[in-house]
Amino acid sequence: MLLEIKNVVKDYASHRALDHVSLSIPRGKIFGLLGPNGAGKTSLIRIINQITGPDSGEIIFDGEPLAPKHIERIGYLPEERGLYKKMKIGEQMLYLAQLKGLNKKEANNRINYWFEKLDILSWWDKRVEDLSKGMQQKVQFIATVLHEPDLIILDEPFSGFDPVNANLIKDEIIELNKKGATIIFSTHRMESVEELCDHIALINRSQKILDGNIKDIKNKYKNQTYKIELHSLTDEKSIRIENLYQLKNLEQIENKTNITIKLNQDISINQVLQSLLPLAEIHQVLEIVPSINDIFIEQVTLSNNSKKEIDHA
Amino acid sequence: MHKILLIIQREYFSRVKKKSFLLMTFLVPLFFIALYGGIFYLTKKSFKDAHAHIYILDQHGDFAPQLKSDPNITFTVSNRPLRDLKIQIKDDEQNSSILVIPKNIYQNSAIELISADKANITIQNSIARQLEGIIRLTEYKKLGIDPQVLVSVQPHINVNAKELTEDGEEKNSNTGIAMGIGVGLAILVYLSLFLYGVQVMRGVIEEKSNRIIEVIISSVKPFQLMMGKIIGIGMVGLTQFLLWIILTGGLIFLATNLLNKETVEQAAMQQGGMPAMQQTPNSGFGFGILQHLESVNVTEIIICFFLFFLAGYLLYSAIFAAVGSAVDSETEANQFTMPITMPLLLTYVLSFGVIINDPNGPIATWLSFIPFTSPIAMLVRIPFGVPTWQIAVSLIILIFTFLLVTWLAAKIYRVGILIYGKKANYKEIMKWMKY
Repeated sequence: MLLEIKNVVKDYASHRALDHVSLSIPRGKIFGLLGPNGAGKTSLIRIINQITGPDSGEIIFDGEPLAPKHIERIGYLPEERGLYKKMKIGEQMLYLAQLKGLNKKEANNRINYWFEKLDILSWWDKRVEDLSKGMQQKVQFIATVLHEPDLIILDEPFSGFDPVNANLIKDEIIELNKKGATIIFSTHRMESVEELCDHIALINRSQKILDGNIKDIKNKYKNQTYKIELHSLTDEKSIRIENLYQLKNLEQIENKTNITIKLNQDISINQVLQSLLPLAEIHQVLEIVPSINDIFIEQVTLSNNSKKEIDHA
Repeated sequence: MHKILLIIQREYFSRVKKKSFLLMTFLVPLFFIALYGGIFYLTKKSFKDAHAHIYILDQHGDFAPQLKSDPNITFTVSNRPLRDLKIQIKDDEQNSSILVIPKNIYQNSAIELISADKANITIQNSIARQLEGIIRLTEYKKLGIDPQVLVSVQPHINVNAKELTEDGEEKNSNTGIAMGIGVGLAILVYLSLFLYGVQVMRGVIEEKSNRIIEVIISSVKPFQLMMGKIIGIGMVGLTQFLLWIILTGGLIFLATNLLNKETVEQAAMQQGGMPAMQQTPNSGFGFGILQHLESVNVTEIIICFFLFFLAGYLLYSAIFAAVGSAVDSETEANQFTMPITMPLLLTYVLSFGVIINDPNGPIATWLSFIPFTSPIAMLVRIPFGVPTWQIAVSLIILIFTFLLVTWLAAKIYRVGILIYGKKANYKEIMKWMKY
């Protein structure tokens, strides 16, 4: 584990931002930190960045309690991002890199490397105010990873990028990860989570409600639902086999019938297929795995409802 | 420590390299020189413009030969009728008047001065003084007193104001010059505390509204950022002052050297030509300032200025930084800066009256100990001479307050810079201190 968060509590004057949150972020993985707005993600990220401190709990970075010296091993791209408007890009990069502990020469070399890589060498003497928002984001991304941090924290890294540049940045993130960087990736964009993340944690209302390997989670939440494509179904009633499954959906397109079914407990798909075989020709069987988006919505709604019940009780 | 140096460097150079900084640095001394030269030129010019040509219509007969022309007034004895003269002075291009001396001047002690425009008051006084002299002389003669004897017994007293220094020695004191320097220092400190304090606040607001703040404080502690900014901008201020002192000093030195020759010649001419005329305060203007400066301790003033400016700046800029962190825009900041700067404004206003007139009185003394007012109040008092222990105590109080305020301001700053879009009020800010 590169980073372990143990029982962290953070209170603000009027509310509790983090309520006994524990997370383990494995080394070399891309970790998705998910949650609705105001769930406490930013509070957690700020604590990891030592911008604020926890009221109680412990954070272990690479085997040691988190300390100011670790700042240089962490790169942070905040959601609310910006640069000095009047400062030249090159100077600004140098300044930010030096604040992260690089010496001037080293910083210069790395800026050159990155500017060349992203083909923006001509921006060196430009001012931030002369760049478009997307260009600024690119510069800011470079500033985040310039000091080659072991842990990169990206808060909504793709917001403000056009699809081309978003892809470019995504490739860079994957490359950095391959080189060994651990990445914490906080976002609302679920499709990029499925694409990039190995692990996720879901935070809602200051509490962690779910975490683990993304495949495990998906397996855990797939609820025995299958989509079956049948050919030339004649009798609709005949396929309602109530003791095996519930029919969730049925649609007929030309001479094809698609059904979505949820298996009853202790029933296997093979049993179902056996009973269906005499009734119709089976073209395709698909297990429906819930998307992270579905899980996200389901879990958040669930936890909100249970909270409400508690509140009402 | 290395990081705070980086921040200071950035804050310093990003400002010093600005065109507006160079402009300010070079224009302000030029402005002062222009002001100085302007005053000098105008006083000289007004001298010339005041020259009057006066026709004497002496109905009494004794006076005309005794009235003497001087650089300001040229007398011409005229025998023409008053009506003709009136027409003439109306046509005359120069500033001319008719002086009518009636027969019964000894009884009435009154004369008439008829001018095309309103008669200049200095000319009137000058004529009155000459006539008084003539009449006095005549009266003395009547009484049988020899004018020569009068001159020899006429006493003349020079007041040489000296004050005792702490070690019991006497030194020349000049209240006027101390007042001038005091007011000058009050203006300078008041303006610069404001100027640089507001720059700190703007810098904080800029970082906050740019949203760069979160990137920076993921690399450095908020306190380092705040202090780096305060120190960096403070150094900009010091650089500016040093350049001003060097430039203004150099230019004044040059100017006085050039002007002095002229002034001395002029003064000599005036005194030679018209012994009865009092020496005007205008003559020897440039020379006088340098001479008077010797009556105050310039080194002490400069050292104290830097100490009190620095300590006062640190105190106020910490508060300004806290205010900047609590708001999202400069307009929103006004509600906080007003009450904060009230003590400064109050002292500034008082320094023109109470403090200057009674620099060692209770109000001035108290104000020079209260840390929020002492940077101005003490500096106004210093040219008048303040015991060293008072300066030391005032400075120590100021420094301790600055440490305390900075500690509190840092607490507000730490929380404030991360809060967006929420209108802060005093209650809210008090809460932040406890976070």
